[in-house]
Amino acid sequence: MVQYNFKKITVVPNGKDFIDIILSRTQRQTPTVVHKGYAISRLRQFYMRKVKYTQQNFHEKLSTIIDEFPRLDDIHPFYGDLLHVLYNKDHYKLALGQINTARNLISKIAKDYVKLLKYGDSLYRCKSLKIAALGRMCTVIKRIGPSLAYLEQIRQHVARLPSIDPNTRTILICGYPNVGKSSFMNKITRADVDVQPYAFTTKSLFVGHTDYKYLRYQVIDTPGILDRPFEDRNIIEMCSITALAHLRAAVLFFLDISGSCGYSIAQQVALFHSIKSLFMNKPLIIVCNKTDLQPLDSLSEEDMKLVMEMKAEAMKTVMGQGGEPSNEEGVLLTMSTLTEDGVIAVKNAACERLLNQRVELKMKSKKINDCLNRFHVAIPKPRDQKERPPCIPQSVLEAKARQAAEPEKRKTEKDLEDENGGAGVYSANLRKNYILANDEWKEDILPEILDGHNVYDFIDPDILLRLEELEKEEGLRQGEEEDTGFEMDGNELSPEEQEALAAIRKKKSLLIQQHRIKKSTAESRPTVPRKFDKDREFTTERMGRQLSNMGLDPSLAINRARSRSRGRKRERSLDRGGNDGGEVMDMDVDQPNKMLRVRSRSLSMSRSRSRSQPPIEVAPGEGFKDSAQKVKAHKLAKKSVRKRNKDARRGEADRVIPTLKPKHLFTGKRSIGKTQRR
Amino acid sequence: MRLEKCWFCSSTIYPGHGIEFVRNDANIFRFCRSKCHKNFKMKRNPRKVKWTKAYRRLLGKDMTQDSTFEFERKRNRPERYDRNIAENTLKAIKKIDKIRSDRASDHIKNRLKTGKIQRQKEARKQLEQDIHLVKAPLALAQDSSLYLPKIKVNVSQTRTEENQPMEG
Repeated sequence: MVQYNFKKITVVPNGKDFIDIILSRTQRQTPTVVHKGYAISRLRQFYMRKVKYTQQNFHEKLSTIIDEFPRLDDIHPFYGDLLHVLYNKDHYKLALGQINTARNLISKIAKDYVKLLKYGDSLYRCKSLKIAALGRMCTVIKRIGPSLAYLEQIRQHVARLPSIDPNTRTILICGYPNVGKSSFMNKITRADVDVQPYAFTTKSLFVGHTDYKYLRYQVIDTPGILDRPFEDRNIIEMCSITALAHLRAAVLFFLDISGSCGYSIAQQVALFHSIKSLFMNKPLIIVCNKTDLQPLDSLSEEDMKLVMEMKAEAMKTVMGQGGEPSNEEGVLLTMSTLTEDGVIAVKNAACERLLNQRVELKMKSKKINDCLNRFHVAIPKPRDQKERPPCIPQSVLEAKARQAAEPEKRKTEKDLEDENGGAGVYSANLRKNYILANDEWKEDILPEILDGHNVYDFIDPDILLRLEELEKEEGLRQGEEEDTGFEMDGNELSPEEQEALAAIRKKKSLLIQQHRIKKSTAESRPTVPRKFDKDREFTTERMGRQLSNMGLDPSLAINRARSRSRGRKRERSLDRGGNDGGEVMDMDVDQPNKMLRVRSRSLSMSRSRSRSQPPIEVAPGEGFKDSAQKVKAHKLAKKSVRKRNKDARRGEADRVIPTLKPKHLFTGKRSIGKTQRR
Repeated sequence: MRLEKCWFCSSTIYPGHGIEFVRNDANIFRFCRSKCHKNFKMKRNPRKVKWTKAYRRLLGKDMTQDSTFEFERKRNRPERYDRNIAENTLKAIKKIDKIRSDRASDHIKNRLKTGKIQRQKEARKQLEQDIHLVKAPLALAQDSSLYLPKIKVNVSQTRTEENQPMEG
C-alpha cells in the first residue's frame, strides 16, 4: 500500500523529452565507434546492445511511473474518493493502462528486432535494423504522450494536496458557504485560510492542527455545501462530501443565525436534514455562529423550532453512542468568531466528544484488553480520617491577596531611560542599588591600580593591624642592621691610603703595559743599550722627578750622575758647526767606544732646540753604515708609507674597502642594456 | 583591569602592552614585550636566563621570602566596599611598598657584604705589599704610614730676581 507520500512521485516527462532522454543516454552509455571491417559477430553484438539498452531504459522508467502512482483501490477510501472526485477514476486508470501497454509493446519490439539482428550480414543492415527498432519504440512513446502529460498534471496536483491523516483525531467543519468556517479555522489553528465576503472562497480542503489535553487534533476546513441533489454537485462540493463520508471525525455543523451569509436559517436546516445521513456514528455539534450580529435568544419562533429540531437530531447521535444522556450543552453551542466569544468552548466541546467516542470504541475492541492488563492506577488507602490539605505559607497567601487587591506598577529602568532622553542620552546608574554599610559610599571610585600594584589584591579588613605589626618588625630589623653595619665599617681604608693604593695600581698597570709592549715587539725592535739613549729619555731631571715622587731627596743622586757623565761637548761642537757651515769630522779618539758622530751639511741645525727631526745620527746598534745610508733608508720607508697613507690604509695588511659600492661609480648604470635615459 | 606579571621576566604588564598566548591545554602565558615572547618561542627556560627575576630568585640574588609578600595576594572572593578599608588600604600600599623595597635592597647589600669585606682585605694587603712602588723604603722608614710621600719642592731664588726688573 502506498502511504500518503504523494509528494515523492518522480516527475513524469512528456513524450518528446522522454524520447530525448532515453536516446541520449543510449548514445552516451554504449560504445559508439564501429567500422565495417569488424567481425560480423562484433557488429551484431554492437547493435543488439544498443537496442537492448534502449528497451531496458524505457522499461525501467515506465515501471517506475506505474509503481509510484497510487492505486486507487489500495489506498484509504477517503483518498481514493478524493482522487476520483478530482481526477476521475476511469481516466486515471486508463492513463496508467496505456503506459503499461506501451511498456509491453516496447519489450516486444526489442525482442523481435534482436532476433532479426542475429542474422544481419552487413554493417549497413544491422544499422538499419537498429534504427528501425529505436524508431518504433519512440513512436510508441509519442503515441502515449497525452497520457504522460495528464499523469504529470495529476502528479503536480496530488503533491499539493493537504496531508490529511485519515486515522487520527479529526474535526470536520461543514456548513453553507460564508457561515464562518474558515474564520473559525483561523482562530483555533495556525492555518492562514483565506476569508473573503464572497461565497466559495475556500475551494478545497485545508488542514490545520490544534492541541487539546496534550493531544494533537486535525481540523479540516471544507468548502461550503449548497442544498442540491447529489448528482448536481460540482467538484468542490464533492470534496467536502467525500471528507464527510469517509473520515471518522467530529463534525461541527455551522449555522449562521444572523443570515448575513445570504441564506436563511430554513435553508441551512434543510441542508442539514439532507446530509444528516453522513453524520452517522460521528459526534455532531451544532454551532451557531455570528452571535454578535444576532444572539440565539432573539430568534423568531419558527427559526427556534427549526434549530430545536436540529438539536434533537444531534442528540440522537449522542444517545446512539450511549454517551451522556442529559448533556445538552455539548450539542448546541453559540459563538462569534469576530468577538472570539465561545470559540474555545466550541473547540473544547468538539475535542472532548471526539476523544470520548474514540476511547469508547477502543475499549470495545479486542486490542485494548492487552493494554488494559498492563495499566494499574494505584490509589493509596487513607490511613485515617484526618484531612491533609496542601500547605501554603501565610506570607504567600497574604502576597496573593495583596497582588489581587492592587496591581503594583513599579517604575522600571526602561521608563526611567525613556524619561531622561532615550537610549543614547541616558546611561543607567548601576550603583543605585548597591547594598553598602553607608549609603554615601555608593558613588565612590576606588582606583584599581596604584604604583604598579593591583589595589584589590591588598584589600583586607584588618590591614591596619597587620601594617602595625609589620612596622614594628621593620623597626627592630633596622636597629639590628645598624648594629651590624657599625661593626663592618672598621676595615675601610682612609682616603690617603686609597690614594696611595690607586697610585700603586696605576704604576703596576703601567709596568705591565710596558712589559707587554716590549714582549710583543722584542723580535723586531733593536734594543738599544741604555748608554746610547738617542731619544734623551733618561735624563737626570727625569730621575730627579721619579725619586722625589718616591719620597727621596734626589739632589745627591743628580749631582752624582752629572759628575759621572761626560761634558756637554756634543752641544758645544754642534753650535760651532752651525756657525762654520762646514763639514767637520769630529772624532773622539780618546773614547773610541763612544758614539761616532757624523755631521752632514744639510742637517746643520741646532740640536738642542728641536727634537722632532728625523735622526741623522747613526747609533751603533741600528745597523747602518753611515748617516747617508740611514737617510736613504728613511726615504725608502717614507715612500712606501706614503702610498699606503694615500689609500688611507693603516698598514700593509689593511685590505678594508670603506665603501663597497660608492654611489658615484654606480649611479645611472644599467646591469644590462643601453642607458638612454637617466 | 589588572596588572599582570610577565611569564618570562616577571615584570608587570600594564594595560595595552604585550601579548597573551593561550595554549591548547588552556595555559595562559603573558609577555610584557616581544623580547620575552621571542625568548619563550625559542623555548628558553627563564630560570636560566640571567636577567629574569626567576633566575635571580632561584639563585638567591633577590629576596624571595618575606612577610610583605603576604599582603599582596590575589583574592577570588569579592569584598564588600567599605570606604575606611579602602582608604587604609591605599595608604598601606605605599608603606608596604617602601618597606619591601628597603628590605630587598638590604638583602642585596648583605649579599654583597662578604665580597666587600674581602676586597677591603685584599686592598689592604696590596697596599702593604706594594707600597714600595710609590714610596721608597727610606721614606717609608721615616714616615711609616702607608700614604704617598710628601714631595718637597725647592723654591729657587731666581724667581724673585726676575720679578724685580719688571718693576724697575
